Amino acid sequence: MAIRLGRGVAAINYPTGMNLGGDPTQALVHSTPTGNFMVTLSSVDLGQGMKQIMAQICAETIGVPTDRVVVDTADTDTGPHCMGTFASRGTHRAGNAVIQAAKEARQVMLEVAAEELEVNASDLETDGQGNILVKGAPQKSISIFDVALSAHFKRGRSISGRGMFLIPRSYPEKETGAMKPSTCYAHACTVAEVEVDDETGEVTVLTVKNIFEIGRALNPKMVEQQLVGGSWMGISHALYETTEPYYPNRDHGGTDFNQYLMPGPGDLAETEIIVLERPSADGPYGAKGPGEMCANPQIPAVANAVFDAVGVRIDTLPITPERILRALKAQAAN
Amino acid sequence: MDLRKSYFADVRKDDLHEIGQPRPRSDSPGHVTGKTAFFADRNFPGMLHLKMVRSPHHHARIRSIDTSEAEKHPGVVKILTAKDVPHNVYTILILIQIGPEDETVLADGKVRWKGEAVVAVLAETERAAQEAAAKVKVDYEVLPAVFDMEEALKPGAPLVNEYHGQNYYLYDSGECRKVRFGDVDAGFAAADHVLEQSYQSSPIEHAPTETTGCVVAPEGNDRFTCYTNTQAMFFTLDNASIILQMPGNKLHFVGGTVGGGFGGKVDVIVEPIAILGAKLTGRPVSFIYSREEEMQISSPRAAEKVVIKDGVMKDGRIVARKVTGYTDAGAYSRHSPYGAQKGAGHYPGPYTIPNVWIDTYCVYTNRTPSSAMRGFGVTIGDFALEVQMDKLARLIGMDPLEFRFINAYRDGDMKAHRQPTEGAALIECMQEASRAANWPVAEKFMAISSYVKGA
Repeated sequence: MAIRLGRGVAAINYPTGMNLGGDPTQALVHSTPTGNFMVTLSSVDLGQGMKQIMAQICAETIGVPTDRVVVDTADTDTGPHCMGTFASRGTHRAGNAVIQAAKEARQVMLEVAAEELEVNASDLETDGQGNILVKGAPQKSISIFDVALSAHFKRGRSISGRGMFLIPRSYPEKETGAMKPSTCYAHACTVAEVEVDDETGEVTVLTVKNIFEIGRALNPKMVEQQLVGGSWMGISHALYETTEPYYPNRDHGGTDFNQYLMPGPGDLAETEIIVLERPSADGPYGAKGPGEMCANPQIPAVANAVFDAVGVRIDTLPITPERILRALKAQAAN
Repeated sequence: MDLRKSYFADVRKDDLHEIGQPRPRSDSPGHVTGKTAFFADRNFPGMLHLKMVRSPHHHARIRSIDTSEAEKHPGVVKILTAKDVPHNVYTILILIQIGPEDETVLADGKVRWKGEAVVAVLAETERAAQEAAAKVKVDYEVLPAVFDMEEALKPGAPLVNEYHGQNYYLYDSGECRKVRFGDVDAGFAAADHVLEQSYQSSPIEHAPTETTGCVVAPEGNDRFTCYTNTQAMFFTLDNASIILQMPGNKLHFVGGTVGGGFGGKVDVIVEPIAILGAKLTGRPVSFIYSREEEMQISSPRAAEKVVIKDGVMKDGRIVARKVTGYTDAGAYSRHSPYGAQKGAGHYPGPYTIPNVWIDTYCVYTNRTPSSAMRGFGVTIGDFALEVQMDKLARLIGMDPLEFRFINAYRDGDMKAHRQPTEGAALIECMQEASRAANWPVAEKFMAISSYVKGA
């Protein structure tokens, strides 16, 4: 009886957005006389930070600091249609809609600034700090705040824009299955190291090294929180979770967090996250959707590591101590 | 976290100001100081609480329902049964033309899973609603139930859901979604080794911090405002509109700040019945799942079974892959026909294989209806595929990582569903994994890229 070490690898890809498309999202952007910009959506922030990302996307596109953008979302009386937050689609679909809306608003903003500065709009650029400058002559400038006031009170212009993003729906061909499930894919490769106690069947995940390719890390800190959380969820899925441990007997199903088995802080592996960025052709600033993908590769990587450690395959999730011990017993009997 | 900017530097411009910056989240201070308002923070004078009477049986005919004792319980205001729901038989994906309508808001004549909603009780307090629910008498005739997908697909199995007429979802392609690419039998015949293996999974719980729920308030003008933690505002509004036979302009949904979803809040379960309760009583209604309901009643991830048969050459090339995937929808469709379809579009994984055969089935059993969950249609498939890859590599005595390099898809490779590969990056992820995990592979694999075949 001993503690045995094992290492396993898994590599995966994952489609961004609702499978087969047909999932539109709209966005509206307008400036207020405060010089701020409002983004109006009906998308849902599940806690992953969608509002923050939409603010950064809008700010980048218009050319203002992120704290000048306010996101108002998820009121069906005010927000334009969004299919919803699922299928790793939030950033990709809503982000593209926000870019389109912000571009239209930016164009009006530059036109008003051009009138104020008596130049052509095409000769203007933003400095990212809240000012509009004449290219090559930055001393000639106007603040976005002043442009917003001028547009509203003097020029009679609405600095606003409409955005829409839709991947047309694909219908699978009946006989061959020819179809277009998605327009862009995120990627991952995970290496897990485990310890397996062959007396108790208990698995300890020592380290998980996750390499994720996500198109573009729009906000690296938020990417990190999502990818680390996903990696933990993957380990939990691999080793712990089931609503029906002895199905069809339902008596053992967990009904609260005391009974439903999940790893606690002490059970979590040393987690390493490395991000690669190959911008996707149709992603907002190249972003893909890693929200679901990040919880997938740990599961087979841990399963493969368990085999590497003790030489038994557990092909049924979750990989519990009971299943490992039964497999070891069967192996010894052979 | 490390950003490895050396990869794909030639196809990426790093000239952005706000994008790529680790800006602090504007909503974080509210979240961590308890100031953020969630739907359940809405409290209205005179608000009623809704509790469900649920089926104790996996499959049963309802002979009769007697609510008389419950109605007399102090604090009870209204009791709803199937006949009160204007369009009681529904399915949520009808919005994208995936029918038939196959589920009841409140059970009508039959229950098909243990936990199914039968009667809704609205009372002044949660306690009164709970106590009254216990007084509702339902007379059941227990029917044979089927829990296993393969059993459910056998002739003579108990029929789970009459709206389908058979225990599987009928796609336009037949009993399963199919992908056919190349000649899989010829591939197996030519292979040095053939390996067929079967993989299974259990349902799991989304385990959000905040349980599913909503609070509905009449606006006083025939409109109803529904404060909800749904993941999809208009999707839920539109389905509620169908179920309640109310024009969409009578419904106003407010949400967008949610304590975790993971796919568990797109089933449109709580909102329609709560709006109906508000409409019939003229009072605000709160319907919030207990933790027990969240864990045992709300849809889990589907149980799945995946059978993979591969033909592989001694040099590491996979020449044929046949995948049969089974998704256990439980008693009703919800999002499962979509999940099984998604699997068909995902297999054979991120590898270029010349001969592929895929069948994915959505199967009905008397289990708790499963539905969307982070990665569904793909997560269990990836578990099966990547364990299978490990087995194949060991079968031919090859390093598991090198084996994946040999088969990894690259730009331009034709996928089984007949889309050319674009934007591939699997090879680069594996190269970085080789470095980061100190898992050396042959130099030739470190020299290739996703861009050009054989470079």
